[in-house]
Amino acid sequence: MTVTEVHIDEMMTPYPDKVRKNRKKHIIIKSAESAACPQIEANTRTIPGIISQRGCAYAGCKGVVIGPIKDMVTITHGPIGCGYYSWGTRRNKARSDDRTPPEKIYTNLCVSTDMQESDIVFGGEKKLAKMIDEVVAIFSPRGINICATCPIGLIGDDMGAVAKEAEERHGIPVIAYNCEGYKGVSQSAGHHIANNNLMERIIGSGTDPRTEEFVIYLLGEYNIGGDGWEIERMLTDIGYTVNCILTGDSSYEEIKDLHFADLNLVQCHRSINYIAEMMKTKYGTPWLKVNFIGVNATIQTLRDMATCFNNPELTRMTEVVIERELARITPALEKFRKICNGKTAFAYVGGSRSHHYQYLLRDLGMEVIVAGYEFAHRDDYEGRDVIPTIKTDADSKNIPELHLTPDEALYQEAHLHLGLSKEQYDTIAAQVPLGDYEGMYPIMRVGRIMVDDVNHYEAEEMIRQLKPDLVFSGVRDKYISHKMGVPSKQLHSYDYSGPYAGFNGAVIFARDVADALVTPAWKLITPPWEEKNGNRSDSDA
Amino acid sequence: MKRQIAIYGKGGIGKSTTTQNTVAALADNGKNVMVVGCDPKADSTRLLLHGLCQKTVLDTLRDEGDDIELDEILKPGFGGTKCVESGGPEPGVGCAGRGIITSINLLEQLGAYTDDLDYVFYDVLGDVVCGGFAMPIREGKAEEIYIVASGELMALYAANNISKGIQKYAKNGKVRLGGIICNSRNVDNEHALLKAFAEEIGSQLIYFVPRDNLVQRAEIHKKTVIDFDPESNQAQEYRNLAAAIDGNTHFVIPKPMAQERLEELMMEHGFLGAM
Repeated sequence: MTVTEVHIDEMMTPYPDKVRKNRKKHIIIKSAESAACPQIEANTRTIPGIISQRGCAYAGCKGVVIGPIKDMVTITHGPIGCGYYSWGTRRNKARSDDRTPPEKIYTNLCVSTDMQESDIVFGGEKKLAKMIDEVVAIFSPRGINICATCPIGLIGDDMGAVAKEAEERHGIPVIAYNCEGYKGVSQSAGHHIANNNLMERIIGSGTDPRTEEFVIYLLGEYNIGGDGWEIERMLTDIGYTVNCILTGDSSYEEIKDLHFADLNLVQCHRSINYIAEMMKTKYGTPWLKVNFIGVNATIQTLRDMATCFNNPELTRMTEVVIERELARITPALEKFRKICNGKTAFAYVGGSRSHHYQYLLRDLGMEVIVAGYEFAHRDDYEGRDVIPTIKTDADSKNIPELHLTPDEALYQEAHLHLGLSKEQYDTIAAQVPLGDYEGMYPIMRVGRIMVDDVNHYEAEEMIRQLKPDLVFSGVRDKYISHKMGVPSKQLHSYDYSGPYAGFNGAVIFARDVADALVTPAWKLITPPWEEKNGNRSDSDA
Repeated sequence: MKRQIAIYGKGGIGKSTTTQNTVAALADNGKNVMVVGCDPKADSTRLLLHGLCQKTVLDTLRDEGDDIELDEILKPGFGGTKCVESGGPEPGVGCAGRGIITSINLLEQLGAYTDDLDYVFYDVLGDVVCGGFAMPIREGKAEEIYIVASGELMALYAANNISKGIQKYAKNGKVRLGGIICNSRNVDNEHALLKAFAEEIGSQLIYFVPRDNLVQRAEIHKKTVIDFDPESNQAQEYRNLAAAIDGNTHFVIPKPMAQERLEELMMEHGFLGAM
C-alpha cells in the first residue's frame, strides 16, 4: 500500500493546529525515486503531552556509549532507579581476551551512589568520593566513569573536582560525565557528552601501537547480542586486525590506543560520528561508513573496506570469505525467505537501525513502509551534506562542542593512514563513503514514510491504517503492537536473541522474523475488552 | 487555634532579631510559641536559647537516620518557647531548599505542631530563591506573613519580590500578608516611605521599630532585649510589636509593584522628601 499525503492528513485530523504544523515537519513521504530529500525536522523538542519513544541524556551516555566499556567501573551518581533500570537492559555482551582478564570485567555490575534525601540536602560529593575509594579497594579497575543523573545537576555537586581528587589519590583515570537526564532533547545529547569525554580523556593517552597490518577500529558498534563478535570473526578471517569495537566489548586498554588506527569504521553514525570526526581533525584518521546489517550490505561494506586499503591479498581474501559465507548461509536464508517474502514492516528505532535493517529485510524480500528514528538529527535522514545548514538552537548549544586542532606529533594526512598516495586516496574516496553518510532517505521507496520522534498516537494510528505484518520497535511499544494483533520484535535489545549482524546474524534474524510471522498468536486472541456477552471461551465457563 | 506566621525579608535586615524579640514578648505575655528557624546557618533561635547549643533537624536526620525523637531537636528557650533549627548544608553544596521541605515534613510527622501552641513562627532566609524557601507558606503551613524591611532601596526591592511570592501562593491557598515591619536604619523619611510602600501594595505598616544600640548589646550577651533589659524602652517597642501582631486583623493578598513604580515611590518619599 502506497502512502499519500491524504493518509497523513487523516492521521493528523485530531491534532490542534499548532501541533499539526509541528508534526508535519517531522514526517516525509518519498514522492519520487529521484527526488532529493526534503528537509525534515529532527533533534528538536518533543511536544509536551504526547508520549514519544525518546530517552534521556543519561541513558545515551551511560546506557549506550559508556556502560559497555568492560574494564572500567561506571558509577551512576544519583538515586537508585537510574542505575537499576539501565542495568543490563542493552544486552551489550563482553568477554575476556588477551588484554582483559575475567576479573577486570565489570559490565555485569550495577554501581550507584544510591542518593537519599539527606544526600540531596547536604550534597553528594563526600558519598561519591567514598564510593570511588570503595570501588578501587574492592575491584581495582583500570578506570572509573561517573555518570550524573538529574538531581546531581540541580544540587550542583562538583563531580569534576571529586573525580580529579580521586585520580590523584588512586592513580587511575576517573572521568566525570555531566550527562544529567534533562540535558538536550533526547538521549542524543548523552552520546555527544560521552564522545567528548572519551576524546578528551582516553583516546590518545595510549603509547602502545599495534604492529599488525590493517588495524581497524569499529566505532558505534555496541555488541548487542554479540553483533560485534560476528563482525570481528569475518574481518579477522579476511586479514584485518580489529583492535577495538567501540564501545561493545571494548576496554580502556584498547580505547586509549584508538589514535593508532589505520581506518575507523562507523556503524551507528548518530551515536559516534563525533569521535570519528574529531579523530579526523586531530589525527587525520579516515573513517568509513559501514553497515554490517544485511547480507548484501555486509558484502558491500567488506568490498568498500578492501577498496580503501587497495591491497591485492586483502581484496582476494575479502572475496574468498564472501563466497565461503554465502555458500554456507544461503540455503538456510532461502528457507526463511520463502516465509518472509512480500511481507511489510515498520521500524521505529534509534538513530541508525531503522536505516540499517532495511537492507536485511530486503534480503528477505520484505519492505519497510514506515521508518522512524527516535533521536536522530537531520543528517541521519538527509545525509551529511546538510550539516552546514542545520541551525543550532538553545538545546543543541547547551551541549559543549570540542574544537580540536591537528596533533603536532601524530597528525598525518588520511591517505598516509591507509598507505596510499594522495591521488589513490582521492580516487577511492569517490567510490566509497569515506567520511560521508548518505542518510536513510536514498533507501526509502516511493510512497514510504520517514517519521522523526514518532509518538504513541501516530505509531498506533499508522499500524491501524497501514497494517504491517511486523513492527520493529522497543519494549514500550512491543505490547501495544501485540494488542493490535501485530507481532513485534525489539530491535534495541533483540529480545533474547542475536547476533543479527553479518552472515550468521542474517540467518538468526531471518529465523526470528519467520517465527514471528508464522505465529499469529496475537491475532488469534480475543482480548476481554472485545468479547461480547456469551462469547467467552469454554474454559472460563 | 494556633496562628502560624512566617517572617521574610532581605538578608541582614534583622529578621531573626525581630522575630526572637517579638516571640520573647509574646512568651512573656503567657503565649505558647514555637520558633522554626529556616536558615542553613541555624542562628534563628540563638537569643532565645542563649547560644547556638542546638543540633539541627537535618543534622540529626543525617546522623540518626529515621529514628528521631522530638526532644532531640525541639529545645526549650526563653519563657518556655520551643525552639527548632531546620539547618542545612554548608554554603555551596547540596540543596538548602530541599532541606527546609524535608525538615518541616519531619516536624509534622514527629508531632511538633501540638494543639496547645498559640503561635508557630518561621524565620526564613533572605529571598525566596526557590520552592524550598516557599515551603513555610504553602498550603497548611504559615497563613500569615510579615515582611521585615527598612527605608533602604534594596530592602524594599526584596519586600516587593517576596510579595510576588505571597501573591502566587495566596491564589491557591490561605496565605496572606499581615503587614510590613520596619526595622529602622535611620534612613531619611523612613516612616513615611514605609507607610506609603505598605499601603501601595495593599497592606499596612504594622509597626515601626526604632533603632537602638541596646539590641546589639543584648545580642552580644546572647539574649533578646526582653530578656536582657525588660524595663527598657526598646523592650516596650517589641512588646508593642507583639501586641500589634497579636491583635492584627488586616490580612491581604498583596499587590506587588512594577519596578518603575517602586523607584518612583522612593523618589517621592525617600530622596525628594529629604531635600
